[in-house]
Amino acid sequence: MKGKSLNAYKTLELAAMVSIVLTEPIASKNVSVLELVALGRQPYTNWIGTLTQKDKSKILEALNVLELIELQHKKCYELSDGQLQRALIARALAQETTLMLLDEPTSHLDLYHKVQILKLLKSIAHKTQTTVLFTSHEIEMAIQLCDKILILGKGENHFGDPCELIEQKAFEKLFPTDTVTFDARSGSFRIEK
Amino acid sequence: MLCFGLNISLGSVSIPFSATVKSLLGYPVQNDSWNYIIWNYRVPKAFTALLVGSGLSLSGLLMQTLFRNPLAGPFVLGISSGASLGAALLIMGISLFPGLMAFGFVNDVSLAIAASLGSFLVLLIVMVVALRVKDTLALLIIGLMFGSITAAIVSVLSYFSDAEKLQQYIYWSFGSVGNLSWAQLLLLFGILLIGIILSIASIKSLNALLLGEKYAQSLGINMKKYRYSIIVAAGLLAGGVTAFAGPIAFIGLAVPHLTRQIFNTTDHKVLLPAVLVYGGILMLLCDTVAQVPNSASVLPINAITSILGAPVVIWLLVRKRKMIF
Repeated sequence: MKGKSLNAYKTLELAAMVSIVLTEPIASKNVSVLELVALGRQPYTNWIGTLTQKDKSKILEALNVLELIELQHKKCYELSDGQLQRALIARALAQETTLMLLDEPTSHLDLYHKVQILKLLKSIAHKTQTTVLFTSHEIEMAIQLCDKILILGKGENHFGDPCELIEQKAFEKLFPTDTVTFDARSGSFRIEK
Repeated sequence: MLCFGLNISLGSVSIPFSATVKSLLGYPVQNDSWNYIIWNYRVPKAFTALLVGSGLSLSGLLMQTLFRNPLAGPFVLGISSGASLGAALLIMGISLFPGLMAFGFVNDVSLAIAASLGSFLVLLIVMVVALRVKDTLALLIIGLMFGSITAAIVSVLSYFSDAEKLQQYIYWSFGSVGNLSWAQLLLLFGILLIGIILSIASIKSLNALLLGEKYAQSLGINMKKYRYSIIVAAGLLAGGVTAFAGPIAFIGLAVPHLTRQIFNTTDHKVLLPAVLVYGGILMLLCDTVAQVPNSASVLPINAITSILGAPVVIWLLVRKRKMIF
């Protein structure tokens, strides 16, 4: 990153540059949303983790962006999957990094919450100075919402604007054509009957 | 403070509460032997109970956070059995190897060192296994297995050792907060202080660990370093206490849960001091019950902590329906 190998960075330096949201559940579901988001400020706090005024305003900002103000005192085990995912993203946002990595942020959510999460991610990417990079199986939604897509295929990996990729017919090769085909005009997949 | 006073005023020799308070405050009391009993027996015992309760509870809190398991504690993960093994090897093992007699003699310092070494050994093995086994439930079972192994070694040792040594070990394993001199008390305090300082230094990483090790790493926590400092702290706390007071059950498991219920937070900045205070208080209460006020007999403290501790854990589970840490 920035011309330097990742291993050359100290753990703490990296923490100020990259934040993550994993698919694995957090170890303790007994933390409240506020406590969870506040943990995102750890790279900047002193040895015992005292929150400064600046930390508090960043936490509040992250809660605001992800519409969690009303939920801030709820424990994580009381939240729905979508709410918990938003809380985890808020934590990553509070970490104030240039790069936010998310591993399948929309898996096991219903359509509405998938779209909600992805739209929030898009607005974070556009409003703050954060690069949001996530893995996903939701190709159709990614085409509609993402600025750039990297397709991890067999052998060749295409990268570019969704529209460019459609023109390059990059999506057609993803799946066996006897099961699903890609419709370039609507940007979606059709099931072969 | 009240528990402290209560604990001191009750014992096999009946001393009026007013006299206890007077003696503690330095006023002369009617009976000189009361004064002696209070200052040389009951006050050290009350302080020991405080330290033992605090140390075990903090150790339990560290283990629960580190292993991300609500059932973790000094007893369950075999740390206490490790300490027992160390003590047993020292008390009973030495007579089996006459050559070692020259180096090792059973006194409180060597007993403390042996028990601490034993608990460290087991903790390190559990930790190495923990790196390979991702499933924490499996880890608990492994901890229990270590308990069985150490129990087996202890029974082999007991089979070969003479009655006097055996009795010495059995009495140690009953657990007791009495019989500590001021000097021993100071030593225990020193050991626990190191453990507490290490824990305080790890507060931030403990909080990050609530999310799991990967998240903690991504928050800039040097997990390798802190994992070991947390283990060393837990080992010192549990090992030190077990060495001086014997393997005391349940306090380490139950107090962190009680504290989380009362304070309704997971922040270790709050939990750490709270656990120390509650552990101390609970242990004082257990000791007060154990000495059966105004009677000559003293029950094994271990029995009391289990009788009081186990229902608490059951009650928590039934009330919350699940055990969240």
